Amino acid sequence: MTILSLSKALNEGMRKAMEDDPKVLIMGEDVGKLGGVFRVTDGLQKDFGEDRVIDTPLAESGIIGTAIGLALRGYRPVCEIQFDGFVFPAADQIITQLAKMPMRSLGAIKLPVVVRIPCGGGIGAVEHHSESPEAHFTHTAGLRVVACSNPADAYTMIQQAIRSDDPVVFFEPKRRYWEKADIDTSSTDWWTPLHAAKVVRPGADATLLAYGPMVKTCLEAAAAAEDDGRSLEVVDLRSLNPLDEAVVMESVRRTGRVVVVHEAPVYNGFGAELAARVTEQCFYHLEAPVLRVGGFSTPYPPSKLEEHYLPDLDRVLDAVDRAFGF
Amino acid sequence: MTVEASRGARDEAPPELVQLLTPEGERVEHPDYDLDLTPEEIRSLYRDLVLVRRIDLEAVALQRQGELGIWASLLGQEAAQIGSGRALTDSDMAFPTYREHGVAWCRDVDPVKLLGLFRGVNHGGWDPKEHNFHLYTIVIGSQTLHAVGYAMGIQRDDATAATIVYFGDGATSQGDVNESFIWASVFNAPVVFFCQNNQWAISEPLEKQTRIPLYRRASGFGFPGIRVDGNDVFACLAVTRKALEAARTGQGPTLIEAFTYRMGAHTTTDDPTRYRVASELEAWKLKDPIERVKAYLFKNELADQAFFDSVDKEADQLGADLRRRCLAMPDPEPLDIFDHVYREPHALIDQERAQFAGYLEGFEK
Ligand SMILES: Cc1ncc(C[n+]2csc(CCOP(=O)(O)OP(=O)(O)O)c2C)c(N)n1
Repeated sequence: MTILSLSKALNEGMRKAMEDDPKVLIMGEDVGKLGGVFRVTDGLQKDFGEDRVIDTPLAESGIIGTAIGLALRGYRPVCEIQFDGFVFPAADQIITQLAKMPMRSLGAIKLPVVVRIPCGGGIGAVEHHSESPEAHFTHTAGLRVVACSNPADAYTMIQQAIRSDDPVVFFEPKRRYWEKADIDTSSTDWWTPLHAAKVVRPGADATLLAYGPMVKTCLEAAAAAEDDGRSLEVVDLRSLNPLDEAVVMESVRRTGRVVVVHEAPVYNGFGAELAARVTEQCFYHLEAPVLRVGGFSTPYPPSKLEEHYLPDLDRVLDAVDRAFGF
Repeated sequence: MTVEASRGARDEAPPELVQLLTPEGERVEHPDYDLDLTPEEIRSLYRDLVLVRRIDLEAVALQRQGELGIWASLLGQEAAQIGSGRALTDSDMAFPTYREHGVAWCRDVDPVKLLGLFRGVNHGGWDPKEHNFHLYTIVIGSQTLHAVGYAMGIQRDDATAATIVYFGDGATSQGDVNESFIWASVFNAPVVFFCQNNQWAISEPLEKQTRIPLYRRASGFGFPGIRVDGNDVFACLAVTRKALEAARTGQGPTLIEAFTYRMGAHTTTDDPTRYRVASELEAWKLKDPIERVKAYLFKNELADQAFFDSVDKEADQLGADLRRRCLAMPDPEPLDIFDHVYREPHALIDQERAQFAGYLEGFEK
């Protein structure tokens, strides 16, 4: 067992993937000598060379577009987008090319490209450094979209994403980069499939559905709710596309109450999809409407205001109270 | 100076243009681009030009009869495509836009496959690896980056090959094209950028895209740019061959600007009479890429009437065959919608396919 932070777990996962398969490449801005602005790729260029850990020009469309070309040639590029708000210059390549090209070829080609995006707020950053753009990509057919929430998952999920023959958008909760956990990197038998959701805390009275940075917040809320005599189940979705409906619906049928929690704006966010699916499939099991907690329909605010924008333990518990009020 | 008065890109003193065959069919020498073709090879290029024009005309006719939703004609650009396409070796990889029917021909892609896309049967449907000819790209400029990435893969494989990527004059305004120039330059990637400057991006003339001749852009990115007579199949072949050879031998990228003209409409839905004067078209007709090769063959007694007749006959057969196979192309099945979205199993796709299948079965009862 080794104690690893989430960022170091990602680093170890990528290192393992690069050792296992010489076709795996890392590319992005500052990923080489600097090791990325969050140091997630720290030391990889030193060990694997500049041909495999490629410091690119400062152009996001270029990063994804050339990664597609490399994948067409048989490589497995892992692209780092420096911050969530800077994925948009690459959105065209991701949405119109990466997601759709395999289908255009009637399956003749595969594009095993991973797009890593540090996402979300809570680190006191300036504009465009704290956003949650997942819904843009879950709405795009042809992409797989996953979000890790803890070091152990980070270590395995990044390797699974790299091994996938489909393009994967991989969200990393940047405010959790420094969270640590004990990981057994020698074992593989505890690997959960990439697209499986996990009940990370069992409970009986209500289900909290979360992913990425909000999983920890929900676990804290569930611990606090226990003091009020409420037993909350927390489900870490891990994969947003595809969604592991079996685990979600099983939990909802048992508890009858659902609160969805994410950082992105509630309006048209991923929670809307969850609410619709839960309502359709669990209508007769629900004691209350599906409630959502998330960001406002505003741009992400300046950092002095972010604590009001981001869902916290109290906002989650307030929603739980409302769910019990029906 | 008003914008209208400036008309920079086209009114400037004509820059150097590599030409090996004049519009009158006279062979001219160029100090840097030598080309030694056998009579057989010249006849073969002529045949390519004629057959590709016939594929194109047949496709336009099929569109007019409602058999294709739309068609992007290459009329006038045959020499640029055949010249560059025949410069490729088997291991080189080509990345086209949506108009490279002549390059597809050189890569042995069955022309009926091109029709599939415009008929709405699929979004592409050929295996790029089978012909080293990538899928058509509709989004302007995207494929330039794919070509550079692929070229970076060639470098990592230590292979002797190059990529060639096609785009139009309008595309040079796109960010992706400029990003691809930067990437190619800083990584010294084995890629040839082949810009067919056909003077128009739908209705927008060249001067809406640039104030300098396009080939000169390359020097700002740090690699050579060259302008070639895009209606001269010999010159396009010679210039592209040299650029590909430079790429394959580690000398990095080249931008080729093939100076040509789109004689037809942008696509079958376009109406060039709204923005283009007829005299412009008439002037370019005199530079027709096929007529000059024909004149050269005739004058030098490298082909007789029987040869030209046989090529025309072959073109008629090709056209008829293409028409027959286009009409025979079956419509896809409804459930094909769900195929090939992902390589690996995907729960949502499976669920939606099953639901839709059940819905469709409801009609059969
Ligand atoms: C990003 C993008 N914007 C707009 C279009 C619509 N469009 C299709 S072709 C075209 C003009 C392209 O001109 P050019 O690059 O010169 O190529 P040409 O068709 O003349 O060969 C436009 C605007 C598109 N396909 N992609």
